[in-house]
Amino acid sequence: MSDKKKDKSRRAFLRTGLTAGLTAAAGLGGGSLLASKSLGTGSSGKVKALTTDGRLIEVDADQIEVKPDHENIGRKESMIGLTGRKFVMVVDLALCKNARKCVDACQEGHYLPKDHEWIKLYYMQDSPRTSPYWFPRPCYHCDNPMCVSVCPVGATYKRADGIVLVDNERCIGCKFCMTGCPYSARVFHWEKSEVEQPDVEYSPETNVPSEEGTVGKCVWCADLLRKNKLPRCVSACPMGVIYFGDMVEDTVTNGMETVRLSALLKDRAGYRHREELGTSPGVYYLPPVERSFTVESGFEGQDEEIIERYKGHVDKK
Amino acid sequence: MNNTELQNSLLNKFKPVLETTSTRWYVTFAVLIVVFGWGIFGLIKQITGGHIVTGMRDNVVWGVYIVNFIFFMGLSYAGALVSGVLHLFNSEWRKPIIRMAELITVISLIIGPFYILFCIGRLDRLHFLFIHPRIQSPISWDVIGIVTDLFGCFLYLYLSFIEDFALLRDQKEIKLPNWRVKIYKWLALGYTGTPHQKKIIHSARTIMSAMIIAIAIIVYSVLAWIFGVTLQPGWDSTIFGPYFVIAAIFSGSGLMIILMYIFRRLYKLEEYITEKHFINMGVLLLVVAAFYGYFTFCDYLTKWYGSVKINSQLIDKLFAEFNFMFFFANYIGIILPIVIVGIRRFRTINNITMASVIAVIALWVNRYIIVIPTLETPFLPIQDSREAWVNYTATWVEWSLMAAGVAIFIIMFKLASKFLPIISISEMTNEDHRTLKILE
Repeated sequence: MSDKKKDKSRRAFLRTGLTAGLTAAAGLGGGSLLASKSLGTGSSGKVKALTTDGRLIEVDADQIEVKPDHENIGRKESMIGLTGRKFVMVVDLALCKNARKCVDACQEGHYLPKDHEWIKLYYMQDSPRTSPYWFPRPCYHCDNPMCVSVCPVGATYKRADGIVLVDNERCIGCKFCMTGCPYSARVFHWEKSEVEQPDVEYSPETNVPSEEGTVGKCVWCADLLRKNKLPRCVSACPMGVIYFGDMVEDTVTNGMETVRLSALLKDRAGYRHREELGTSPGVYYLPPVERSFTVESGFEGQDEEIIERYKGHVDKK
Repeated sequence: MNNTELQNSLLNKFKPVLETTSTRWYVTFAVLIVVFGWGIFGLIKQITGGHIVTGMRDNVVWGVYIVNFIFFMGLSYAGALVSGVLHLFNSEWRKPIIRMAELITVISLIIGPFYILFCIGRLDRLHFLFIHPRIQSPISWDVIGIVTDLFGCFLYLYLSFIEDFALLRDQKEIKLPNWRVKIYKWLALGYTGTPHQKKIIHSARTIMSAMIIAIAIIVYSVLAWIFGVTLQPGWDSTIFGPYFVIAAIFSGSGLMIILMYIFRRLYKLEEYITEKHFINMGVLLLVVAAFYGYFTFCDYLTKWYGSVKINSQLIDKLFAEFNFMFFFANYIGIILPIVIVGIRRFRTINNITMASVIAVIALWVNRYIIVIPTLETPFLPIQDSREAWVNYTATWVEWSLMAAGVAIFIIMFKLASKFLPIISISEMTNEDHRTLKILE
């Protein structure tokens, strides 16, 4: 395991370096240098940098032009996505106990109001005799997405790396995608957001700042993926419920451990929700077996308002 | 009565309506304008305040608006049926009611699409439908279909107006202000009633009558497919296309009977619109009601009999929360017209009209219980959502806009019947156009 982890972080490092190098080549001409924040700045006025041919060198700080933290990704770029990747998510239902940290992190990171969830937690009971469990539902980023098929203006699209995005500057708010999605993954901006939006240029990869009268949904934190970071819900989860990774690399990580996707799905009998609908979701679930907590513990310490949300469904049994 | 006499008597009949306007007309007009204005106020509220002012939320994303959309679009079938089918079959009795049918078609086709616009969050981006269209989307099919239908029906209506415009331009009996005569003259396109002109108009109308039937069927099927192509329980049904078409004809013929009744009383047209018209239209309504009832039964039986969990949940909802609506829409609304028209003893003008009123209202309710319960029964149960967001209740904004739609429908009818006789004079006095051939 630790080998794999090391391997992963090395790859991440190389990719960061390459991005920095390419930008340098474009901005300052061949052989020029550019520092990326992740490489660190020395206090002595010297910084480490990567040349376009991959050598690590030290240069004076005043020679460096600092690349902005993230450049705005517009519609066109957001449609292309990250080349050579196919993202995948695995949710371990055996670990989820409705801590709701994923919901909070998502809402905070995307400047969403409290009643606007891109990831929801369901109290699921498959049949009367089986045990209920907590079921996190992000957007499934289906390979055959209904929402994309029914959009009349091309405001929502599927990219090669698997992510389905919504362009809020194109969306006319007809809500057809909301009825098209069989997983109720999409939400509508019914009014001007009560959360103050940051003063940034709009990007379909973040859906920030939000636009009233348009549709939003989970974007798998496409902006963070571009920076080689995990989606917010993955890093926020205290239980490590959500694994995220790349199908091409056959690797997923929940931020604590990194594992082979194929082995995980095979050993733990992974499945996709409502396979029969043929939407081919990009999110896999691991069955809720051998849990070390009761499903009711998910209600402990929750606000009254949150408990209210499950009332009819919990009492039914 | 020969044709000239008939023409003169009709002109005399409509003389008071076209020449003068009563206080009562102005009062009702003012009331309707107020209702319409109130709707506009609601719309402004919705545009400025956001869709939060409606009852629509993340689960029930379309509410009364889309119900009204399908409802008004369905009413437009009156034209396709009466003026289209009956024109093709050349039924003699259709003549006095043909203009009403065509007016219903065009007016409801103008009003209907506005309701789908009210569902749209960003009206400022409406032109994206034309500059960034995606043909995969049923909404794009709808845009193409409705525009074609509107254009076709308008053309058909205008073709049937030309001869009457010429008549009003030439007649001396009714004193009309100069500007109106000028408008008639302009709209009559220089029609003087030469055999050649007659032939062209009649051939064009025959072609158009066949075409609007086809277009109407396509448009309403496409409308049904907005629901039918989704995966949602209750919508994902192969019967939806024909089911919506038959429902539309049902509401169209129902409204036709209601308007026949109103205009007959209002303009004292008893000698032209007779009991025969009510019975014939009633029989049409009966036949359509039988088909409509059969389709409804087919649709619900298969959902109810099977054991698919999500369908059972939907059926349970319909039989519990929506049981009154279900009973009214799918039992009373269908059985009542069949009984009233089917049993000779009940077959009076008043009864048929009453049955039609109930049928049309029941059809609206039927559309409501097709849309709302399905949206309240998604695959994943509605959880982790605010309590108030789970069930749909329309707000005053939505009801106001619905009332505004009904008001503008009546307003447009009032204006149209002031501008032209509500019975097509040229249609009444024309001899069988089939004897005319365009190519000799």
